[in-house]
Amino acid sequence: MLGFWHQILAGVATGGIYASLALALVMIHQATHHINFAQGEMATFSAYLAYALMVSGVPYWGAFGITVVLSFALGALIERVLLRPLAHAPDLTLIGVFIGLLLILNALCGWIWDFTIKPFPSPFGSRPLLGGLVSSAELGTIAVTFVMLLLIWAFFRFTKLGLAMRAVAHNPESSRLVGIRVGAMLALGWGLAAAVGAVAGMMIAPVVFLDPNMMSGILLYAFAGALLGGLDNPFGAVLGGFLVGVIENVGGAYLVGTELKLSLALAVIAFVLMLKPSGLLGRAVASRV
Amino acid sequence: MLHRRKLLAVAAGGLAAPWVARAAAMPGVTKTSIKIGQTIPYSGPASAYGVMGRAQSAFFKMLNATGGIGGRTIEFLSVDDGYSPPRTVEETRRLIESEDVACLFGSLGTACQTAVRQYLNARKVPQLFVNTGADKWADPEHFPWTMGFFPSYRTEAQVFAKHMQRNATSAKLAILYQNDDFGRDYVAGVRDVLGPQYDKTVIRTASYEVTDPTVDSQIVDLQASGADMLLTAATAKPAAQAIRKIAEIGWHPLHYLSYVSTAPAVVLIPAGAENARGIIGAVFLKVAADPQWADDAGLATWRALAEKWLPGENLNDLHTSGYAMALALKQVLEQCGDDLSRENIMRQAGNLHDLEIPVLLPGIKVNTSPANFHPIRQMQLARWTGTSWERFGDVLEGTA
Repeated sequence: MLGFWHQILAGVATGGIYASLALALVMIHQATHHINFAQGEMATFSAYLAYALMVSGVPYWGAFGITVVLSFALGALIERVLLRPLAHAPDLTLIGVFIGLLLILNALCGWIWDFTIKPFPSPFGSRPLLGGLVSSAELGTIAVTFVMLLLIWAFFRFTKLGLAMRAVAHNPESSRLVGIRVGAMLALGWGLAAAVGAVAGMMIAPVVFLDPNMMSGILLYAFAGALLGGLDNPFGAVLGGFLVGVIENVGGAYLVGTELKLSLALAVIAFVLMLKPSGLLGRAVASRV
Repeated sequence: MLHRRKLLAVAAGGLAAPWVARAAAMPGVTKTSIKIGQTIPYSGPASAYGVMGRAQSAFFKMLNATGGIGGRTIEFLSVDDGYSPPRTVEETRRLIESEDVACLFGSLGTACQTAVRQYLNARKVPQLFVNTGADKWADPEHFPWTMGFFPSYRTEAQVFAKHMQRNATSAKLAILYQNDDFGRDYVAGVRDVLGPQYDKTVIRTASYEVTDPTVDSQIVDLQASGADMLLTAATAKPAAQAIRKIAEIGWHPLHYLSYVSTAPAVVLIPAGAENARGIIGAVFLKVAADPQWADDAGLATWRALAEKWLPGENLNDLHTSGYAMALALKQVLEQCGDDLSRENIMRQAGNLHDLEIPVLLPGIKVNTSPANFHPIRQMQLARWTGTSWERFGDVLEGTA
C-alpha cells in the first residue's frame, strides 16, 4: 500500500512538470487558436538563456527576470517575423512552420551549448522531502504552476486586454471592426506564451537536467494533459497534466508494466475525449453560421 | 537502332571485362595501395564520436609515412554520415560502388550500421569492427561479413552478473533498462550468466522509454521491490536522474552502471559526484585520467603519434579507443599478406589470437575465430570513489 502512495506522489510530481508546460500551450491557444509544436523547444531555449546568464555571473533571480523579459520579446518577434506573413495561410502551412521552428531551436541549443546534460539550479533547492519521494524543486514547480495558473486565469477573466485577446482568437474580423488591434494582440499572445514557457522551462530544468531534448518527451505529455483537461481552460490543462502523471505512474507500476505506461495514459485520454470531446473542463463551442 | 545498341553493349562489356575480373579478385587493392572506407558522424548530435575517425586517420598517415603495410599505403576514406541512417546508406553505397573500397572499418552507430548490414553482407564486403556496443554484430552464422570490436553491452552485463554471483551475500537484483536493443542486451547478458537462477535472482525489472521525462517512478518501483542490487542500463540523462533519485530516497543498492554512462563530466558530476559514490562500472581501456598510466609506454606512443599527426587536437579517451581499433586492423591486414581479397580480410579478422593492444588494460587480449566474432570479451571492474574510478579485482571474461 505504501508503494501505491509513493507512485501517486511521484505521479503528482511529474504531473506538475506536464502541467506547467500545458499552461503555455493553453496560453498560445487562447490567444491564437493554434497549437504550437515548438512551445517546448522555445521553453528549452529560454532555460538555456537563463543558464548562460547564470554562468556569466548573473544571480538567479536576475537571470530569471531577464530571461522572462527576453523570452517575451523573442516570442513576439517570432510572431512578427515568421507568422505575420502567413496570417491567411492554411493550417498545414502553419504546422510546417511550427515543426521547422522546433527543429531550428533544438539544433541551435545543441550547437551553442552542446548536447551533454547540465545541472540547473532551482530557487527551491533540491532537498529531498517526505523520504525523498518529492524534492523541494518539484514541490516548487507545482507551487509556481498554481501561481501562474491563477495569474493566467485572472488575466483572461478580469482584464480588458485578456478579453480582447480572446476575441481576436475567436473572430479576428469582428474584433478589428470593434477597434481591437489584431496584430498587436497576436504578438502579445505569442510573447506571453513564450514567457509562461520560459518560467516552465526554468522550473523543469532542475528536475530533469538541462539538455536540448529536455522538452521533446514532456511536450507529448503536456499536449495529452491539455487535451484531457480542455485546451481552452487553464484549470483543465493543469488538472489534465496531473492526471496524466498519476495515471501513467500508477498504471505503469500496477496495471500494464512500464513498457505500456505511455500507451495506457493515451488510451485513457482517447476514451475521455470520445465521451467529452472538448476535454474534462473545456466548454463545447457552438458557432452560428 | 536495336542493332547498334547491341553492338555498343558488346563493346562496353569487352572493355569492362578485364577490369571487372581483376576487381572481383581484390577490389580496392593495387600494388601500392589499399582503399578502406568508413562512415562516422563528424557533424550532428553524435559528432563528439568523430574524433575516433580522426585518430584513425592520423594513425594511417603515420603508417603510410613509415612504409605502409606490406609495401602498400592505406588510402583511408572516412566520410561524415551525421549519425543519420539514410546518409549512411548513401555514403556506404558510394564507398562500395564508386570508390570500390576493399572493406569498411570502424563505421559508427548501431542504427546507422544496421541500415547497411544486409547490403554489405549481400555484396560480401567486410563490415569490420563496427563501432557500437550492440551485441548483434557477433552473428557469424547469419552475417558472416560483419564484426564488432568493443565489448558489447551484453558482455558487460555478463561481467557484472559474474561479479555479483561471486560476491553478493544475498541475491536480489533489480534492473532498470532502456526499452530498446541497447537496454535489452543487458537483460540478456544477465540471463546468460544466471540461467535458471534468473527468475529467482532478478526480482524486479523496469524499463523506460527515451521519451519519458524522468525515471523517478521506475526507481520508486524498484526500491519497493526490496532489491539490494541494481543494474542501470541507461543513457546519460536517465542515468543521472536515477543516480540522483536513488540518493534522494535513501536507497543504497550495490549499483552497477553501463559503460555508456560512466563518464564523470557527462553523468556523474551533473548527478552529484557524492550521490554516485560506490557505483560499479566496467573498463577495458587505459584511461588518461588514471594516474597509474601516467608513464605508460602504450599511451605514450599514442600521444607522440598524435602530437605529430594530429597537432593541436585536444585528446580524450575516445581518441585512444579509435587508435586501439586501428591497431587491430593493422594486425588483420598484416596477417593477410599479399592476398588482400575481401574473403581473406574477413578470414583473417576471424583469426586473431591473443593480440595485445598496448592501450587496452593489461590482461585483455583480442581473440576471434570463425565462430567467435566478439574481439574484446574481457573487462575489469572499477568503483567510483567520489572523485575518480578505481579499478579492482581481476580482468573478468564474459560468456561466449
